[in-house]
Amino acid sequence: MPERIRHAPLDKEKVKPVLAEIHLLRDECKGCGYCMEFCPKKVLEESDEINARGVHPPRIVDESKCILCSFCSVVCPDFAIFVVEKPSKGGS
Amino acid sequence: MSKAKLTLTGAHFLNGDVACAEGAIAAGCRFFAGYPITPATEIAEHLSQRMPELGGIYVQMEDEIASMAAVIGASYSGLKAMTATSGPGFSLMQENIGLAVMTEAPCVIVDVMRGGPSTGQPTMPGQQDVMQAKWGSHGDYEIIALAPSSVQEMFDLTVEAFNLSEAYRVPTLLMADEIVAHMWERVVIPPWNKIKLVNRKKPNVPPEKYMPFMPDEDLVPPMACFGEGYHFHATGLTHNEHGYPQTSSSEVQSRLVNRLCDKILKNADKIIRVEEVMLDDADVVVVAYGIVARAALSGIRKAREKGIKAGLLRLVTLWPFPEKSVAKIAKQAKALIVPEMNRGQLVREVERAAKETPVVFLSKLGEEPHTPVEILDAIRRSR
Amino acid sequence: MVQEMAHPFSKYLRAEMMPHIWCPGCGNGVVLNCFVHALDELQLDLDKLVVVSGIGCIGRTAGYTNADSFHTTHGRALAFASGVKLANPELEIVVISGDGDLFAIGGNHFIHAARRNIGIKVLCANNLNYGMTGGQQGPTTPLESITTTSPYGNIEHPFNLVHLAAASGATYVARWTALHVRRLTQSIKKMLLKKGFCFVEVLTPCPEIYGRYNRMRSGLEMMEWFKRASVVESFTDPSKAEISPDRIPVGEFVDLEKLSYERMLHEKISKINEKAIEGVG
Repeated sequence: MPERIRHAPLDKEKVKPVLAEIHLLRDECKGCGYCMEFCPKKVLEESDEINARGVHPPRIVDESKCILCSFCSVVCPDFAIFVVEKPSKGGS
Repeated sequence: MSKAKLTLTGAHFLNGDVACAEGAIAAGCRFFAGYPITPATEIAEHLSQRMPELGGIYVQMEDEIASMAAVIGASYSGLKAMTATSGPGFSLMQENIGLAVMTEAPCVIVDVMRGGPSTGQPTMPGQQDVMQAKWGSHGDYEIIALAPSSVQEMFDLTVEAFNLSEAYRVPTLLMADEIVAHMWERVVIPPWNKIKLVNRKKPNVPPEKYMPFMPDEDLVPPMACFGEGYHFHATGLTHNEHGYPQTSSSEVQSRLVNRLCDKILKNADKIIRVEEVMLDDADVVVVAYGIVARAALSGIRKAREKGIKAGLLRLVTLWPFPEKSVAKIAKQAKALIVPEMNRGQLVREVERAAKETPVVFLSKLGEEPHTPVEILDAIRRSR
Repeated sequence: MVQEMAHPFSKYLRAEMMPHIWCPGCGNGVVLNCFVHALDELQLDLDKLVVVSGIGCIGRTAGYTNADSFHTTHGRALAFASGVKLANPELEIVVISGDGDLFAIGGNHFIHAARRNIGIKVLCANNLNYGMTGGQQGPTTPLESITTTSPYGNIEHPFNLVHLAAASGATYVARWTALHVRRLTQSIKKMLLKKGFCFVEVLTPCPEIYGRYNRMRSGLEMMEWFKRASVVESFTDPSKAEISPDRIPVGEFVDLEKLSYERMLHEKISKINEKAIEGVG
């Protein structure tokens, strides 16, 4: 990799990367598995709990790894998961 | 073109199909979807020319099923809509007539009856579809059907059909026959401001409170249309007052189906029209409709000349069936004569309403209706 | 991770009708999701939207979308929609229906609506069978598939819907699968902005019925098939875009401009109407 790219971004202090906030509507989940299978960062995995429909909804492995691609939000047939930007702390 | 030419106010010499088309225009119909079929083709042809003159829409769909579906679509978009067909097309339209009943879409369907069954005799008259008018689609439902007997009535009853369909949010049928549709007679088209028109009730609540199938006292719900911001849902499935499907509840099913039928039956007295000719002292009454009623009129006049106290009960409304009118004259008459151009359809309703009074049925199939002399002979024989 | 927030697109759905009746992994849910995403990205005026559907599992979509909607008789959605569009060309009409409803019983209405180029947008959820009634064969069922009415293997050649739509005169034809959620959303957006008859086919998993009978027992297995076999072949010959077990050609196949029926109709009507009124004193 060229030398210049391995340096950290020069405005690293000023620009805060957007963090994701994953919302799971657990009782809407029917356990199809699409979100877990197709997440590019493998942020979701099957949980052990059983929801109101008798299936295992996903659980978040590491929310900080989520890149807000929102693939899970669009591919979920049941509107049971969506991702928003985490509101930044300390002022808007 | 003068305004009179646009509205065609005045007296004309027209054929029944054209009079029917002009009646639709005068009633405010601005959407026609149809398919050519003898003997109703002239309605489509005339409207294809006249509709654009008035800013209305004529579209020729790929078949009668599509025509009926498009009519319901246009009705739900706020236009008064109509289609016209004959026996074979009428059969095709039945499923969607059921959809119009279930979604309470105001619309008019003209069936110019011809010889049946199947392809039958396209250029010959018949009255073989009158039971189908009531029972053609599956399920329990009620519609309104009118039977014109003259070219003037082809105009007048089309206007009335639109008014009834708008008032009761029900498909209204005009059961004409090939003779009334193709014969030429004098028609007077009144100035439009003299023609009484009825428009569907509109909701008077905001969208959040609107329930598309919540009826008023008259059992008819006010109707919002697409694009007015109401975001409503309508479906052919059994539905609740919100319009949402409820396919498991027997309570919802009975409430809906009973209301759709009561909507017509409980308002029957306001809907039904008959014409009574020389009934006051009649002891033989001919009960007839459509073109046959013209022959019957002539027949009873001949009978009167011979001193027979004959009268005519002409049914203008076929459905809901005028059972009260029939029951009333059945009490005074010694016999009822029912001439029909079929093997016995409306006569069954007459028999049901007439109870003990003998009913004589005269069947005629083929190119000519009963002659006045045939009716006179039947009157004589019945005494 | 927070629980209390409602789904941001719940305003596009009728709350009283949700949750929907579709099976776990059903592609219809994905189609509905992409559809409301497209509505949101375009900020479409919901007062001018009319969703018309036919009979079938996908037919329930009209009931779930929070806009004027109508659920017609089997196969007649396009004929009904034609009446609506001609009566009020300002309305945006989307027909969301299935492969059987649009192409078996509704086939005639499809080819004529496409031929006329009426500005109706058609979103077809193609799950390769008749799902609602229990999984019978349909006009898009692949050869040798097992269905409840082809227990020995289907011997009817299926339609190539892309070819059919293109040949009938559609001005926009695209095919995606339920896996291609992004590009499907883009196609729906493109369709909603375009004039004329548009058709987007979405191959959707029917895991409980079609999948179960045909060795793809979960939605994930069908999605794996889509992933393995899809190949983007935009603007190639629609007649060569048949679906086979090894090859699902996806992409946009037709994107052209053609005068729409409602535009021609209303222009003619205006001209004739003006001329007729001109003489009025």
